[in-house]
Amino acid sequence: MSDASVGAPQIDAPQRSLWSDVWVAFRRHRGAMLGVVIFTAIVLCVVFGPMVYGTDPQFIDVRARNAPPSLVHPMGTDNIGRDIFAQVLQGGRVSMLVGVVAMLISLVIGTLIGVLAGYFRRLDGPLMRMTDLFLALPLLPLLLVAIMLFRDTLRVLFGPEAGIFLLIVFLIGITSWMQTARIVRGDVLALKEREFVLAAKSIGTPSRRIILRHILPNVLSPIMVSATIGVAGAIITESALSFLGLGFPPDFPTWGRLLYDGKDFMTLTPARVLWPGLAISLTVLSINFVGDGLRDALDPRIRGR
Amino acid sequence: MFAYALRRLLFAIPTLLVISFIIFALLDLSPGDPTANLPLTIPAEVREQIRISLGLGEPFHIRYVKWLEQFFVNEPLHLIEQATGWSFGEGQRMRVISWQTRSPVTDLILERLPQTLWVVGLSYLVGILIAIPIGVISAYRQYSWFDQFGTLFSMIGFSAPTFFTGLLFIVIFSVWLGWLPSIYDTNLRVTNAQTLWLQIRQMIMPVMVLALFNAAQLSRFMRASMLDNLGQEYVRTARAKGLRERAVILIHVLRNSLIPVVTVIALGIPTIFGGAIITEQIFRVNGIGQLLITGIQGADIPLVQTLTFMFAVLIVLFNLVADLLYGMLDPRIRYE
Repeated sequence: MSDASVGAPQIDAPQRSLWSDVWVAFRRHRGAMLGVVIFTAIVLCVVFGPMVYGTDPQFIDVRARNAPPSLVHPMGTDNIGRDIFAQVLQGGRVSMLVGVVAMLISLVIGTLIGVLAGYFRRLDGPLMRMTDLFLALPLLPLLLVAIMLFRDTLRVLFGPEAGIFLLIVFLIGITSWMQTARIVRGDVLALKEREFVLAAKSIGTPSRRIILRHILPNVLSPIMVSATIGVAGAIITESALSFLGLGFPPDFPTWGRLLYDGKDFMTLTPARVLWPGLAISLTVLSINFVGDGLRDALDPRIRGR
Repeated sequence: MFAYALRRLLFAIPTLLVISFIIFALLDLSPGDPTANLPLTIPAEVREQIRISLGLGEPFHIRYVKWLEQFFVNEPLHLIEQATGWSFGEGQRMRVISWQTRSPVTDLILERLPQTLWVVGLSYLVGILIAIPIGVISAYRQYSWFDQFGTLFSMIGFSAPTFFTGLLFIVIFSVWLGWLPSIYDTNLRVTNAQTLWLQIRQMIMPVMVLALFNAAQLSRFMRASMLDNLGQEYVRTARAKGLRERAVILIHVLRNSLIPVVTVIALGIPTIFGGAIITEQIFRVNGIGQLLITGIQGADIPLVQTLTFMFAVLIVLFNLVADLLYGMLDPRIRYE
């Protein structure tokens, strides 16, 4: 715990804000820092890797089909001779993008519904009934069904890759906002009774500005925690859909799709399932550690210690 | 308590109706055509007759009500008739027919249910049996190496998706070591010790994959719940009156800590069936999950509707069970 000394000089520092406190507490969480390091490394690999590595993931090296790992192909090749390392890097871009965009959609919906339900008493009943209803839906079967039904329509409208991307991101987004909405609503209900909201109300601040200026900044911490959980969940869901064969098209690698394509060649080239699976697990694990650390750092009862 | 249970049960009915409507509408308004896979040589008027014979001639709301009748009246009555041998009415009821196989959907599901229940049910049980000791020891020796290791184990188990752990198990135990079969053989009949051994061997991997995933989540809940209770006054009282440590932990604290965990277990049962979809696909278990996937791939709408709605019923039901269990196990909670 050598990091503890970092916090010491800041005690006397004049500008000691909430976020600097949170950062100090976050730094002390070993798992969270490790998570940040690993996650950043994966993101950097995925973003800049394809530029540095240079091999085209769709290039077919006919002479080296099902090749074991070598210097030319660090993770070997698949059954038609495409480089697996390049595919994992490229697939990571899509998986990460799906995770982040789906998380943003679900956060916007969840926050909106949570704030509306918590702030306006008349909307509380109907919105929370709707949340309960969504929680009672069997999500994985419905996602599969929805993809089966709307895949072709969207493919015609936006092209094979963009269409399925929009569909998956949208579907994951609208089926994963419920927990965020519940947490935000709970926090808003408590905040609404606080004096500073009462003061803002008494000087005639309109509801819209109270929400934007006073309520939203105060519910930012639960939203941030749900954001980390949301990214991890969305990556897993996308991989699960792709793994069941109902995700992205075959020549468009994502981590789940690579697993799905590789599972029939496990005896021949086990690397085809090991690396993409490891990438998913490591990403989700690091995000979960970050979320854990963030939750502890943002919780004032724990942060004091 | 009884009034509360009744009210909750009554409230579940509109919830289920709305869900059934969503599922029906989503599938029905979809741009697919069930006759699209038939040969192109079929003339248009015959095609129209096929559509009518599939029950697609009526307007939307009439089909919905008919589907509800099939699902809530005809199929349960049929099940009761089969189970007891009684007969109601003239015995000519419209049943939900699968488009792919032309056989009643309920029969297909009943055929697949045992495999799913064996694999999934057993894995849930094993998961609970792994999770509770881990949770108890982690909480009792908080911050010890066992606790740290348990935390890491549950984090990994929680993060690694079952479709990766399953494939990893296959690579290690089937491909490299060759100890266990990677495909679940449903035709295997257990008649003697040898087939029993084969059955156990083929069940180890699917059961353990799901069990580890469930154990990872449950052990966290167990640990948190134990920690909550260990700091309570009654624990000090129990120790002060001279009870052995074993009795304090295993009788007093464990029983109280299990209350929230039991509700979490009840809430988790329906999601298990969702997780089974993936596990069954990995190990080729021909259970309900695989039925759903084949139904989806073949655009078999009645089958998919029934299965999806069945999952929804399970979720609503076990939500209810969890709430009631909580009230029954914890006398401090009083439902009005």
